[in-house]
Amino acid sequence: MDPSSRRRASYDGAVVCAPVTVPYVRFSPQTAHWWTGAALSALGRAAGIGPNDIDGICYSSFSAHPDTVVGMVQHLGLSPRWMDHIPTGGASGVMALRRAARAVQAGDADLVACVAADTNHIDSFRQTLTQFSRFSQDATYPYGFGGPNATFALITDNFMREYGVGRESFAKLCVAQRDNALSNPHALMKKPLSVEQYMAARPISDPVHLFDCVMPCAGAEAFLVTTPERAEALGLSAARIAATIERHNAFPDDSVQTRGGWECDIDALWSDAGCCPADMDMVEAYDDYPVIVAMQLADLGFCAKADLAGFIARTDFTVAGDLPLNTNGGQLSAGQAGAAGGYQNVTEALRQILHCPLGRQVPDARRALVSGFGMVNYDRGVCTGAAVLEQEVVR
Amino acid sequence: MTEPLDKPKRKDPLKRSHVGHVPPAPRSRAAKAMAVRAGQGRFVLQVCKDCAETTYPPRDRCPKCWGELVWRDQPDGATLVAETTVRTSMDLFFRDHLPWRIGTAKLDAGPVAIVHVHGDVADGAAGGARVRLKLCLDRGGNPALFALPETETPNMQDDPQLRTFTANPKHRRVLVTDGRGPVGQAVAEGLIEAGAATVFLGNADPLMRYPGQASIEACEGIETVPLDIGDTRSVAELAGQLGGRVDILVNTAGFTREGGVGFGGKITDLQAGLDIDVTGLMRLAQAFAPAMSGRSDDGVNAAAAFVDVASVYGLTGRSGFAGMAASAAARLTLLAGLKSEMRQTGIRVMSVLTGPVDDEWHQSVLPPKVAPRQVARAVVDTLANGHDLTPVGDIAKDVLARWQADPLLTIREETE
Ligand SMILES: [Zn+2]
Repeated sequence: MDPSSRRRASYDGAVVCAPVTVPYVRFSPQTAHWWTGAALSALGRAAGIGPNDIDGICYSSFSAHPDTVVGMVQHLGLSPRWMDHIPTGGASGVMALRRAARAVQAGDADLVACVAADTNHIDSFRQTLTQFSRFSQDATYPYGFGGPNATFALITDNFMREYGVGRESFAKLCVAQRDNALSNPHALMKKPLSVEQYMAARPISDPVHLFDCVMPCAGAEAFLVTTPERAEALGLSAARIAATIERHNAFPDDSVQTRGGWECDIDALWSDAGCCPADMDMVEAYDDYPVIVAMQLADLGFCAKADLAGFIARTDFTVAGDLPLNTNGGQLSAGQAGAAGGYQNVTEALRQILHCPLGRQVPDARRALVSGFGMVNYDRGVCTGAAVLEQEVVR
Repeated sequence: MTEPLDKPKRKDPLKRSHVGHVPPAPRSRAAKAMAVRAGQGRFVLQVCKDCAETTYPPRDRCPKCWGELVWRDQPDGATLVAETTVRTSMDLFFRDHLPWRIGTAKLDAGPVAIVHVHGDVADGAAGGARVRLKLCLDRGGNPALFALPETETPNMQDDPQLRTFTANPKHRRVLVTDGRGPVGQAVAEGLIEAGAATVFLGNADPLMRYPGQASIEACEGIETVPLDIGDTRSVAELAGQLGGRVDILVNTAGFTREGGVGFGGKITDLQAGLDIDVTGLMRLAQAFAPAMSGRSDDGVNAAAAFVDVASVYGLTGRSGFAGMAASAAARLTLLAGLKSEMRQTGIRVMSVLTGPVDDEWHQSVLPPKVAPRQVARAVVDTLANGHDLTPVGDIAKDVLARWQADPLLTIREETE
């Protein structure tokens, strides 16, 4: 029997609540530990809980070195009976969600705090890069040390040629996200962005230009996964998980990345969820470089790759539009707080479907697609995941 | 087509030299193994012993079957499938050399690699341009894949990116240590032919005439300088006098006498050999390495390389030439230490290993012997390609190959 044809269990018995964001700052003198504590503190206020209530923790950070979740539980006074450390950056939010949900379903934990936190000192980003992975140390960064900009420039260069996508398509995505960011009080980018400004921006690593790149910053994101009963007892609005997928190192023989692991599991995602792309009230997609947003729109079933330019041209991606995309502004406009960049898509989706947005509300939002993408270990993103979240109850 | 490099202008003595950095240096053990082979001018990738899969980046096990990997020479053709020009970087070395062109290459050997791209590879040619890959060493002694146009283009060596991976003598000023012998003289002439601006050619005894003097003195670009590498003060004085004007140093000095260890060797010969070959090398390093290191990224005639020409028998010992082999061995060991120190500063340390040279000290040795011109060609080649270990002549190639395959057996064979 093909193991992938075995039906995945539903996520009944687990709900997601209490999305929190610790407002980002460009540079912070604080440590990852401080930001993690700040996220837990925000969770505590949102849910009325303390250290003794949390019996599970899922943790992600790039800047907590030498600590992992182990150091963090002792540092912050937790005694969980279940914990996990997820080192997958932009894919960590979706992965935390599905792991925590399984732990709650199985009874291994009742109240799991999922937390991603990173600080950003003046030289943090360069230091993170130099120690990011063995393959990038050996075979990527010594090639001009353009960082992710250069790696994604190569992916973008090929993608544009392969699928006839031009910079104007990326402009449309970036400008819509900036428009969405303007109502988010936490977004680091506060000025409107026009298509003309986008097109005229200086090249960073051709064809990647300034507004294709995120701004690294410090920040933290967190949410809770618990039972429906516990959520009710705490008086928390709750979302349920309709379906999730994850896949790592998919298509290793593609010369350049033109698709992510979503393509392997997309049918499972929509059949498990019992709905389709058209049913989504929004998409919260990983957006460190608009080419990856475009790739996700196609890989997750919104359009064919050959039709991307047309699909982008005829779709309104703003909060009030026909397919609201990255409704908080995404990392492109709100900032990339390290691993928290892989969580902000989850927390933003939760806020929208639980009707407690930071900025503008997507009208009648009940369903969201969240997509994660992370870890350019060498020449492409290795980790991908996606989840369909639905409003269960608004309290 | 690459713009030919302009002759560097005279430096303003009040202007601070540009501080040279090296590209990011940490590497895996497997990448260091690749570097060792790159230094010998080989184009290698790892191949699985079990399933023959060719793999890159350097790994420790095969990604297809988890078998063990070995390094094998590979075809160097590739197709460029994507490219970018990096215009911002947080690395101190690359910031000084922007814009920097890189690409994604699908290798004929199988894997995909991110590569440096030569300026003469046609613009926007990604998506199908054919290139030839060269496995270079960077300024920090680490391996780097460099995509060149498939066929030679005018002034190709002058490409500013490529030039950071070589120590090309063009427009550079070179100190060759021993101008009284045929090897030093041939090397000096070879460097002038290769475009060196000036060769300072050492003479340990300026009052004594020597063979070849007339043609050396007639050669434009060669300037003889007093240098006795057996004398610390002489070396220091020359270093003070030449100051920051030595871009490449080639040590051709060597002391060869016949003799065994317990039988037929003279202690005084060994002492003289050690003083010239070993202590001499250290004198040169201490006098010149710091100043060269300070100018490792200072424009067209930045300091670039320290080359040592030594006997291949330093690897193995040699019957009948025990003292010579012993001092060559010590010299190679010192050079390895210097190489490690200079990796931090961006100066390449290179070794040219010779078999018996066709000179007065090898009269009893049977051919094949190495002609001084061959040594000169090897030195120029090593500099122009940025290699760091070059055997010259059939004997050195043979000894090195056997030593790499089975060092202890080769030691026995060469000392019998
Ligand atoms: Zn194998």
